[in-house]
Amino acid sequence: MAYKFDPNVRYAKTHDWVRVDAERGLAVCGISDFAQHALSDVVYVELPDVGTEVSQGDVYTTVESVKAAEEVFAPVSGEIVAVNAALEDEPEALNSDPYGAWIIKVQPADLSQLDALMDAAAYEAFVAAEEAGGH
Amino acid sequence: MAEELKRTALYDEHVRLSGRMVPFAGWELPVQYDNTGPSVEHQTVRTAAGLFDIDHMGQVEVRGPDALPFLQRTQVSDISDMAVLDARYSLMCYADGGIVDDIFIYRLGEQRWWVVVNASNRAKDVAWMQAHSQGFDLELEDLSDRTYMLALQGPKAQAILQKLTPADLAAMPFHSGLETTVAGVPAVLGATGYTGEYGYELFFPVEQAALIWNTLLDTGKAEGLLPCGLAARDSLRFEPCLPLYGHEIDQVTDPFSARLGWAVSFAKGDFVGRDALLKIKLEGPAKLLVAFEMVDKGVPRPDYPVAVDGMVAGKVTTGMKSPTTGRFVGMAFVPPSHSKLGSSIDIMIRDQPKKAVVVKRPFYVAAYRRK
Repeated sequence: MAYKFDPNVRYAKTHDWVRVDAERGLAVCGISDFAQHALSDVVYVELPDVGTEVSQGDVYTTVESVKAAEEVFAPVSGEIVAVNAALEDEPEALNSDPYGAWIIKVQPADLSQLDALMDAAAYEAFVAAEEAGGH
Repeated sequence: MAEELKRTALYDEHVRLSGRMVPFAGWELPVQYDNTGPSVEHQTVRTAAGLFDIDHMGQVEVRGPDALPFLQRTQVSDISDMAVLDARYSLMCYADGGIVDDIFIYRLGEQRWWVVVNASNRAKDVAWMQAHSQGFDLELEDLSDRTYMLALQGPKAQAILQKLTPADLAAMPFHSGLETTVAGVPAVLGATGYTGEYGYELFFPVEQAALIWNTLLDTGKAEGLLPCGLAARDSLRFEPCLPLYGHEIDQVTDPFSARLGWAVSFAKGDFVGRDALLKIKLEGPAKLLVAFEMVDKGVPRPDYPVAVDGMVAGKVTTGMKSPTTGRFVGMAFVPPSHSKLGSSIDIMIRDQPKKAVVVKRPFYVAAYRRK
């Protein structure tokens, strides 16, 4: 299976990505192409409340596909300052455009947390290893 | 303990077609094809046609002079009026009224019948039928291992299949069977299915599985035919509110609770479960299956608890975002007091009560039920 890997984001082992919006100093978060593929057709995203504090590794939302409800983990700590309300009407955007369809924007507590995350090449290798490991 | 999963003869075909293989009822089957996905597959069956590998289903042949009295005794419907080549949905029940399995019965000859059973229940069903066959002059034979089963479903199913069979499909009534050939292979055809669309179920020798599967897919390409997986099969049977064993029905659920009382005939005489079912019918079931729609946002899923007046009092049997209607809906067992249209219930989604309301069944009117 050929997945898309965005060179402009950093990846967590939980298959979440984060991209820094340098102009506003915000961390934009979403799920990877591998994650949306594993989920299958997304039908609902339970958006969190703006103002919620999340810690790196916390569950901040649940994405519901045709067959399952999957938890989504914050790749970075901070306060949620925006949610992508467009996903309420068009949750399938997570399938069609996983790196464009962000879920939350976080005012990051410590951007150095991103250093411990993977770049696209490392994440591609991580996904390949996970796939080779079987189900 | 790891369970040994069985593979159908089409396993390699599924993988080649991008099938995502998952365990289901002891079998390894495609939940979806990654080239299309459940939503596309669902919509294709509603508007064109889909092909399903359902070889996991079992077929039991009952033949002999006592085949009819035996079937009258072991399932709840009156089938004495079935002509040769008729097909009918029915149920087998335990003495206490719990459901052994839901089945399709085909009459293939005066003294020759097929009972099509669920994969998860096959061994249990055969043993149960054997146990109740004492004193009847008949033979019971499990044909499942050598009989392949495919379902071709959707508005274009007839046009596609007609290109491959000499049988006059337009003259075939819904819920009937036929012995004919498909792509030159001897086959039993049922004008049956479980998707809410017109369509066919095909039975033929297992050695011909890849030939028939690929011939059907090639022949149907121009009509938009797609191979479809278990996820689409589930959403397609859910929208017209067709029950699935292990969800809406099981051994502790009786036909009246599951709104299948129409299948039960008390007039035909004695049968296994009759006394218990008559008592349930007269006294009213303790729980009732309802259709509901979410009022609050959320996706209802199987086994989520249902609360009424703040107390857990039932559970969701199937729920999803209905692909055809876009509604967030489900079926659930609730106390009879909360089974009326418009009743308020709460679906517990990740421990949070979410408001829902009891609505009219079904969510999608099956093609063969439209006036």
